[in-house]
Amino acid sequence: MCREHQGWDHASVANGNGVAVAVDGLVKRFGEFTAVDGISFEVEPGELFGFLGPNGAGKTTTISILCTLLHPSGGSARVAGHDVAGDPTGVRSTIGLVFQEITLDDYLTGAENLRFHGRLYGLPRAETKARMQPLLEMVGLTDWADQQVRLYSGGMKRRLEIARGLLHTPRVLFLDEPTIGLDPQTRTHIWEYVDELRMREATTMFLTTHYMDEAERCDRIAIIDQGRIVAIDSPSALKASVGKDCVTLDTADNVTARDEIARGVGVEGEVLEDGLRLRVDDGEAFVPRLFDHLTVGVHSINVRRPSLDDVFIEYTGRDMRDAEAGATQQMAANPMVRAFRK
Amino acid sequence: MATTDRATPAPASEAAAPDVLAPRARREGRVARNLGTIAMVWQREMIRFFRMPSRIITGLAQPLLFLFVLGAGIDPLVGGRSTGGVDYQEFIFPGVIAMSILFSSLFSAISIVWDREFGFLREMLVAPVSRTALVLGKAVGGGSIAVVQGLILLLAAPLVGVSLSPLEFLAMFGLLLLLAFALNAFGIVIASRMQRMEGFQMVMTLVVNPMLFLSGAIFPTEGLPTWLTVLTRLNPVTYGVDPIRRVMLGSDAVPLTWGDWVVPIWLEVVIVFSLGTAMLAIAVQTFRKTE
Repeated sequence: MCREHQGWDHASVANGNGVAVAVDGLVKRFGEFTAVDGISFEVEPGELFGFLGPNGAGKTTTISILCTLLHPSGGSARVAGHDVAGDPTGVRSTIGLVFQEITLDDYLTGAENLRFHGRLYGLPRAETKARMQPLLEMVGLTDWADQQVRLYSGGMKRRLEIARGLLHTPRVLFLDEPTIGLDPQTRTHIWEYVDELRMREATTMFLTTHYMDEAERCDRIAIIDQGRIVAIDSPSALKASVGKDCVTLDTADNVTARDEIARGVGVEGEVLEDGLRLRVDDGEAFVPRLFDHLTVGVHSINVRRPSLDDVFIEYTGRDMRDAEAGATQQMAANPMVRAFRK
Repeated sequence: MATTDRATPAPASEAAAPDVLAPRARREGRVARNLGTIAMVWQREMIRFFRMPSRIITGLAQPLLFLFVLGAGIDPLVGGRSTGGVDYQEFIFPGVIAMSILFSSLFSAISIVWDREFGFLREMLVAPVSRTALVLGKAVGGGSIAVVQGLILLLAAPLVGVSLSPLEFLAMFGLLLLLAFALNAFGIVIASRMQRMEGFQMVMTLVVNPMLFLSGAIFPTEGLPTWLTVLTRLNPVTYGVDPIRRVMLGSDAVPLTWGDWVVPIWLEVVIVFSLGTAMLAIAVQTFRKTE
């Protein structure tokens, strides 16, 4: 279900040249440990590409390689036509980064942070000035531009980072957990900017997230687990691949209920913490049939179409929210952070 | 610059869809961008320096303590013996200025470790600029701060009884700049290999203090036991301190010797400059590896 994007040349995509990100057999080892184990995928220009996986699955390592912060151990990766190993400067000049860690200078003002970024990316002063005002307005920081960043709140810093990531009009924007730890209102704002940006500049977005609603927005999603890509498709196709509806019921005795249903309807359930889970083709038609065979009292019943969370569980054996809960503790063990503290 | 990159090596088919992947904003050429980067890193150092007044005060406190308290206290003990006839306070004045350059340079360079912990280092490393420009900007920025500190201390000259002609002042300025640049390059090499700020204390105790004590800043390099004579001659900072003292005290200064041979100032300048440049090259190499 890839959306059509203005100016995207199908012919050049087909021969692999106009692809925004092309990864082929990419491998990254840290000593004995293989973090990325021969992954391949492509991201088309203008696409919003979601990169999902449990912590330690190789997400951040992959992004770090694509951003030229780590050298690949094997395979190749090209970003906007530049090889990450052979032409890192070329890659750097075409990408923008918004990471979960703040990388602003606290003692500089918001405007100074943007101006210095413009210098680093070789934007002429007039160009920086012209782009700065609308960006600051977009992230609602016009009045704060001349305040030192250490006076900003966490959400304001993140918004400034996003404005900065866009200042040099990157063709590919890497968003690594861009909204982690932010309040829902700020998250909504940030997504409004992102949508506006995609409409206006057809920027390719490479996103990692633990939020299901953010994953739903993606044109395509790749799920990575233990260094390998286990699924890659549009959210709707991925949900369809999981197939069955999910019926969860909570009864007086879930184990007895499971056995009765297995005998009576022939569906093997799974007793979980929050109840008895059953996977069936048509949940709504299935529920009335259930009651013919149950002798234990039913407290609640819930029928759900498969969500991306189910997709995530299906392919990785873990819950998306569990993965999120571990995120902050995992930050210190993050290979990219480690690379910088080496 | 990115546009030229694409135009030269790219196969013809790639040029078919240039506006999809090429950056939209106008970009400067490689040279302008790298020069702009040096200026930017320098400017950032200066802004941060002047926004943290506590740093200026801390940077001046120790040299002033050495100059006025230690200087006045030791003077009766020495009484002009072995300091070439000048009183001890006058003798350590150039040494104290060199000391402030040493501390300030190492401190500036070690802020890289901060940048690493607080993320700004990554903002610089993912930028499409040469690592040389980043390291050079850092060295020039830290060097400028150190020289500013040194010049502030120079204001104490009348109190110590030292006077400088405009020409001598100019020579001083150049020598301070040279020493600051070399020490910053050295500091960047240390900082690029340091993981956390916890190592800072160790660097001060095991590296900076020995460099200070063995440099001739606090006591003369003549008439020492052999082992000290050798160590002072092996310490690069010695070759930064000696010319500063010779310019400041003129004929009153006891110049540095190798055996009986008086080391000429030009050679000292060459030694400091070469070591500084070598350090800079090592620093650039270290940052290349982290890309």
